[in-house]
Amino acid sequence: MTPAFAVETNVGYPILSVLVFLPLAGALVALMLKGDRTLKAWAFAVTVVEAALSVPLWTRFDPSTHRFQFLEMADWIPTFHIRYALGVDGISLLLVLLTTFVLPLCVLCSWRYIERRVKEFVVSLLIMETAMIGVFAALDLVLFYVFWEAMLVPMYLLIAVWGGPRKVYASIKFFLYTLAGSVLLLVAVIALYLKAGTFLIPELMQQGYSFAFQFWVFLAFALAFAIKVPMFPFHTWLPAAHVEAPTAGSVILASVLLKMGTYGFLRFCLPITPAAVAYLAPVFLWGSVVSILYGGFVALGQTDMKKLIAYSSVGHMGFVTLGIFLVNQRGIEGSILQMINHGITTGALFICVGILYERTHSRLIRDNSAVGAFMPVYVAFLGLFSLSSLAFPGTNSFVGELLVLVGAFQQNKLLAAFVIPGALLAATYMLRLLQKIIWDRVSGHHHGHDEGQGDEHEAGEAHRRHLFDLDLREAGMLAFLSVFVFWIGLNPKPFLKVMDRSIAHVITQAQAVEGLPEGGMTGLMNTLFPALGHSGGEEDAAPEHE
Amino acid sequence: MYEIETARIVIPILLPLLTAVAILATGRWPNVREACSVVGAAATFVAAMTLLPAVTHGGVYTYTLFEFFDGVAIRLRVDGMSLLFAGVSSFLWILAGFYCVGYMRGLEEHAQTRFYVCYAATIFSAVGVAFSGSLLSLYLFYELVSIFTYPLVMHHQDHEAYDGSRKYITYLMVTSKLLLLPVLVLTYVTTGTLDFATNIQTGIFPADAGRVLVTVLFFMSLFGYAKAAIMPLHNWLPSAMVAPTPVSALLHAVAVVKVGVFSICRVMLYVFGVDLLHRYGLGLITAYIAAFTILMGSAIALTKDNLKARLAYSTISQLSYIVLGVAMLTPSGITGGLIHIPNHAFSKITLFFCAGAIMVAHRKTEISQLDGIGYKMPFTMAAFGLASLSMIGAPPVAGFVSKWYLALGTMELKSLGLLVVLLASSLLNAGYFVPVFLRAFFPRNGGVARLQMAEASPFMVVPLFLTAVFSVVFGFYPDLFLKLIEVVR
Repeated sequence: MTPAFAVETNVGYPILSVLVFLPLAGALVALMLKGDRTLKAWAFAVTVVEAALSVPLWTRFDPSTHRFQFLEMADWIPTFHIRYALGVDGISLLLVLLTTFVLPLCVLCSWRYIERRVKEFVVSLLIMETAMIGVFAALDLVLFYVFWEAMLVPMYLLIAVWGGPRKVYASIKFFLYTLAGSVLLLVAVIALYLKAGTFLIPELMQQGYSFAFQFWVFLAFALAFAIKVPMFPFHTWLPAAHVEAPTAGSVILASVLLKMGTYGFLRFCLPITPAAVAYLAPVFLWGSVVSILYGGFVALGQTDMKKLIAYSSVGHMGFVTLGIFLVNQRGIEGSILQMINHGITTGALFICVGILYERTHSRLIRDNSAVGAFMPVYVAFLGLFSLSSLAFPGTNSFVGELLVLVGAFQQNKLLAAFVIPGALLAATYMLRLLQKIIWDRVSGHHHGHDEGQGDEHEAGEAHRRHLFDLDLREAGMLAFLSVFVFWIGLNPKPFLKVMDRSIAHVITQAQAVEGLPEGGMTGLMNTLFPALGHSGGEEDAAPEHE
Repeated sequence: MYEIETARIVIPILLPLLTAVAILATGRWPNVREACSVVGAAATFVAAMTLLPAVTHGGVYTYTLFEFFDGVAIRLRVDGMSLLFAGVSSFLWILAGFYCVGYMRGLEEHAQTRFYVCYAATIFSAVGVAFSGSLLSLYLFYELVSIFTYPLVMHHQDHEAYDGSRKYITYLMVTSKLLLLPVLVLTYVTTGTLDFATNIQTGIFPADAGRVLVTVLFFMSLFGYAKAAIMPLHNWLPSAMVAPTPVSALLHAVAVVKVGVFSICRVMLYVFGVDLLHRYGLGLITAYIAAFTILMGSAIALTKDNLKARLAYSTISQLSYIVLGVAMLTPSGITGGLIHIPNHAFSKITLFFCAGAIMVAHRKTEISQLDGIGYKMPFTMAAFGLASLSMIGAPPVAGFVSKWYLALGTMELKSLGLLVVLLASSLLNAGYFVPVFLRAFFPRNGGVARLQMAEASPFMVVPLFLTAVFSVVFGFYPDLFLKLIEVVR
């Protein structure tokens, strides 16, 4: 029997359960394998099979409904009404696919990078995959929370074991920030259960909670998610984690983990606490604008490539949260698309940095400048992904940014006007990075020599020996991602189509706003703390009970 | 006017892109590489010209490549204006292809493959601009022009080139992100579409579009397309002259700067529309802004001794003729403006070709060094003289036709001020071109120079002489261009 919030989709096997548990099974098998190459090959095989198995999600998805598809439901802990429920809709579909497609690249980009404790690395990576897909597919709040917490330890290990020189600092910072967020998340989960008597997310969405209740639940959710995104001022764990993490860690972090926060906003905050969202949206809208501008300005000043990309992520994710809190069709379309775009582009950029790091053992722009003459293929890919990152027309990010901007200009022209300089900042820091990496050093006026016959002093020779161009593995990873850069950049319609109905539905849910407190701060206080009885002639803003 | 919907119009856009790929693939064999470049150019020109018959009979080709969401699509459109620009760019690319061979080999430049690839890719983007059918595709190809010309400006990779290219990309990126991007979004939010209108009268804005909004959007567009080098956003152009001369010639006198002007004309006529611009009196203001640039550009050109710098400021001034003409919004004004796109192209490319030939043959860049050069390079300097006449606007060279229609336009407007500007500009043009010519043939130091031929390679001299001849031919026979403009009006 299919519940009202879902439609029947039969692909012949429980696709979501397979996707969630295949990597876990793979991790268990990996424990028994020996030999570094075997382990890496095994991990690659598992993730590729996983990606192939996720394709039916895309081909069999029915874009004409907002309801959850590929539903799987079973009782788990009946005493507390906790169920094992999985399903995807237009909001989570692309994120699940992003995860399954990025993970093989994470294995590939670690091929040479990870040389010690390969078994532990592979196991951590595969457990991460299980947890990430679980987060996007869970329809039960407890199940969601379990997967959410399950990501924490393997990610901590990825940074703390295989990280750079300051890995301990970075991993602990990551751990504490994320844990602080998830503690409050747990409080919100319990509060919702006590109120509604269910953990099933679609059922939680149908309850009309009082404003005060929504307000507190929203704050608990929002803090957890804002840390994860991260929104300014909760972003400081991100640059540290990115810089110290190994390439695969950075890619997972940027491509998938950051999306958990924005996914949470869309999945929980908008449908479950619409009144609180409506009341607090301006705070988050302007917060997003600050994130965009702040991320851009700080990225401008970076000398470390990974830090630069990390701060650019803060800016890009600002576009995503901006789109979400606009609560209109174009804005949310743009923000979901931008989540995918950011996953593709920033993931690719981290892979690019990793490739260079493997050759020069430095992440500083200064140590990596002027590689253009030695690595033309690499530079072509770096150029492409940098352009994508600065939302160059014809690439994926442009479509996302355009949609968010359309949404913003429809809603609030002043707000939107403040976003535009953010777009310029992105162009500035990316082009500067590009120019420095490709050319920069004045290579002695080359007049009188054709290519390849420039002055060849010894330092240049030594430099050149390390800077061999991409091998097939590296070129393959980047070529794979660049397909999506152009596909989404030129023909985004198929991607927008799958999310349209779900977004329209979320917006309807988010518009069910009642009982907003009036009368500014006093009104809010009266509503939130009726017992305190703030007097002052505001009696008519009667607080709702329960 | 009738519409023809066909994917055929993608071919002239794709050919230069394929040429770029072919050049990249054959980079190891210079002869094959450069043959690819010339053959690709010729193929592009032929492909564009196959569209000519239908267009001159009032047909408009359209094709929607990709739709993003409602009203926002990468749409292509080929009408008279498109062919005017695409045809001229691709035709001159053939000649420039030969010229490049002479120039790049003559100076033994480095990274020639990169040079040829970017060169072809720029033409690809320029043809894309010409064939754009919506603001979105216009923005897409406009930005591609910026990014592909960036390595060309940086070509020499010395301090001067880095500074020049930084300035170049800064001007273009700042204007496009700060002005064009919000225009794109605001236009869509106001009108619900980004497709161009089907005629030049109505535009796409609803009748109740607010005056303030329209005015703001209009000026953001006018200055946003900074490739048109309207003052005060002109300064990138002289800096871009650090590029090799073939780049200055084809790209910074024909393709790139005209991408800017063409975009402004397209937006004025097909997004805002003549009616709306009339209603809010925006045409005349634009005409005066252009007039200011015309005079100032010429005045600054007078002060430059470096030949390429003088030509650059001349370009700034001449580009505004086009904007001025279209901004008059009268039939003759629009004709005069649009016909100046090909006329200026043929003449200015000749002048740059000459500057490059002088550079390659005698390593001279300053005008004060050119005493008696006419006796060493008679063909080059004869071509220079003809092209100068066209700049000045003297009959029977092409520039005269433009000036004729522009003057007619000012009379239709009954604007004495603009007429005076045109005439004054002619005098100024004479003021900075004639001395070059005089110095070449009547050297200061008195000694009667004898004819000692020392021309650059025929790869360079033949193209530059041909473009000069074409300038004269189009002075006598402007009908082809007029026909293409006729169908626009």
